[in-house]
Amino acid sequence: MQRNLKKIAMTVNGKAYTASVEPRMLLSDVIRDELGLTGTHVGCEHGICGACTVILDGRPVRSCLVFGVQADQSDVITVEGLADSNGELHPLQEAFWEKHGLQCGFCTPGVLMSACHFLQQNPNPSREEIREGISGNLCRCTGYQNIVDAVELAAETLNKNKSSDTESAKEQGVHSGRAVNV
Amino acid sequence: MKPAVFDYHSPSELKEALHLLNEFGYDAKIMSGGQSLIPMMNMRLARPKVVIDINQIKELNYIRINNSVIQIGGLTRHYQIEESKEIEQVCRLITEGMKLIGHSQIRSRGTIGGSVVHADPTAELPVMLSTLGATITLASAEGQRTVTTEEFFMTYLTTTIEMNEILVSVEIPIPPANTGYAIDEFTLRKGDFAIVLAAASVTLDVEGKVKAARLALGGVDGVPVLLDEVTDGLIGKIPDQNLIAECCMGIGDMVDPEPDIHASAEYRRDLCITYAKRVLELAAKRALKQQP
Repeated sequence: MQRNLKKIAMTVNGKAYTASVEPRMLLSDVIRDELGLTGTHVGCEHGICGACTVILDGRPVRSCLVFGVQADQSDVITVEGLADSNGELHPLQEAFWEKHGLQCGFCTPGVLMSACHFLQQNPNPSREEIREGISGNLCRCTGYQNIVDAVELAAETLNKNKSSDTESAKEQGVHSGRAVNV
Repeated sequence: MKPAVFDYHSPSELKEALHLLNEFGYDAKIMSGGQSLIPMMNMRLARPKVVIDINQIKELNYIRINNSVIQIGGLTRHYQIEESKEIEQVCRLITEGMKLIGHSQIRSRGTIGGSVVHADPTAELPVMLSTLGATITLASAEGQRTVTTEEFFMTYLTTTIEMNEILVSVEIPIPPANTGYAIDEFTLRKGDFAIVLAAASVTLDVEGKVKAARLALGGVDGVPVLLDEVTDGLIGKIPDQNLIAECCMGIGDMVDPEPDIHASAEYRRDLCITYAKRVLELAAKRALKQQP
C-alpha cells in the first residue's frame, strides 16, 4: 500500500525532533514509536484513561486524540521532561515516591503530566481541587488517596522551592536545568 | 486501535477549506478539536477518506464582545471560553457550563464549533446555547447563513448543516441585567456524559417578578429540549420555591426519555424534575442578587 508520509518537526522536552509519519499516526504513537520516548503510556486509545497525557504547547492533551501531523511545529513535554538533565527527580516525582502515589505505575506518566500543569495553574490547591485536577486520569490500583497526598506534598515542596529559588536567583541568577518549570 | 488510512489536508484559510469541502463532498470530514471524531476513528466507527483539519484556520479562533452580543469563532477552544474573564462578566452560565465539559485535557483541544456540530444530546454547549437563545452561523463557498438552535439541531448527532458548510461562529445575545443563571447535571462519574443536564435563565423586573425565563434539558431527547410550558408559568410572578415546584411538576409528562443501561426512563423523568427545579431556583436566587 502506498504510504503517504508527511514530514513533521517538533520540540520534545526541549530537544528538536523530525519524523516522517502517516497522517493517521496518533501523537502517542509518534512519541513512542518514532521518537523512542516510551515513558508516555498508551491505555485505552480513545480518550478515556488519560495515561497518554502530554503537555502540547503549554496545555495538557490526550496524545491519543491528536494526530502526529497536527503537532508539527509544536512544543511537547512528556514525562521524560520532568526530571532534570542530571536525572534528579522533579518534586512531583519525588512526592509520588515519598507518598506511595503509584502501584503498577501504568497511569503514572499521565497523572504526572496532568498534575504538573494543574499545579502551574493552581499552586495552592485544596484536596477537592486536586481531585478535580486529576479527574481526567484513571488509576485502577491506588484508589487515588495516595495520589492526592502526593500532589499535595508536591505543591508544598514546589512552593518552598519557589520562594528559596527567587532568593537564590536574586543572588546568583541561576535557572533549573529542567524542560518544565512548575 | 488505529484509524484507517485517510488523506489529510490542513488549510490555513476558511476559503481554502470550503473549496476542499466542495471538491471532496461526502468523502470529507471536517476535523476541529477532534475529541469526538478521533475516538470514533480510532475505533473505526468513522472512516473518512479525507480529513480536512481546520486547526490552522486562525481566523476562526476568537471571542468578540460588543454591547449586545458575544460572538465566538467556531475554532475557539473550550478552555479559552472557560477562562475568558470578559465572558464571565456578561454571561456566567457559559463560564460555569464550560467547566462541566469532559476534563481539562479535553477542554485543551475541543472547540465550540466541533461540539455544536457533533450535536451530542448529552453535551453541555447545545443545551447552554438553547437556553441563551443563541444563533449559529454557517459558511459555504456560496455565502453565509445564520440559524437558531431550534432550526439547527435535528436529532441525535444530526443537524441541518449542509455537506458543503462549516460552522464559523456562534452568537449569544447578552442578557439584560437582573438575569440569573444556573446549569447542573447528573453524571455517574465526574466528566462523564450527562444522564440528565439542565440549564436555566431567569430575568426579573424591578418588583422582583419574572420578566423572562428559559429552561432547557439535555440527555432526554435527540436535541436540547426547551420547556417554555414550564417557564411561561413563572412570568409575572415572584419565583419562590413553591411556584417553581408547581411549574416543574408536569415535566415528567412533557419529556419522553429513552431507557438505557445507566438509567430507566422513569428515573430520568425524576431527574428532569429535580434538576429543573434546582437550576430554576438557583437562577432565580442569583437574579435577585443582581437587583439594584
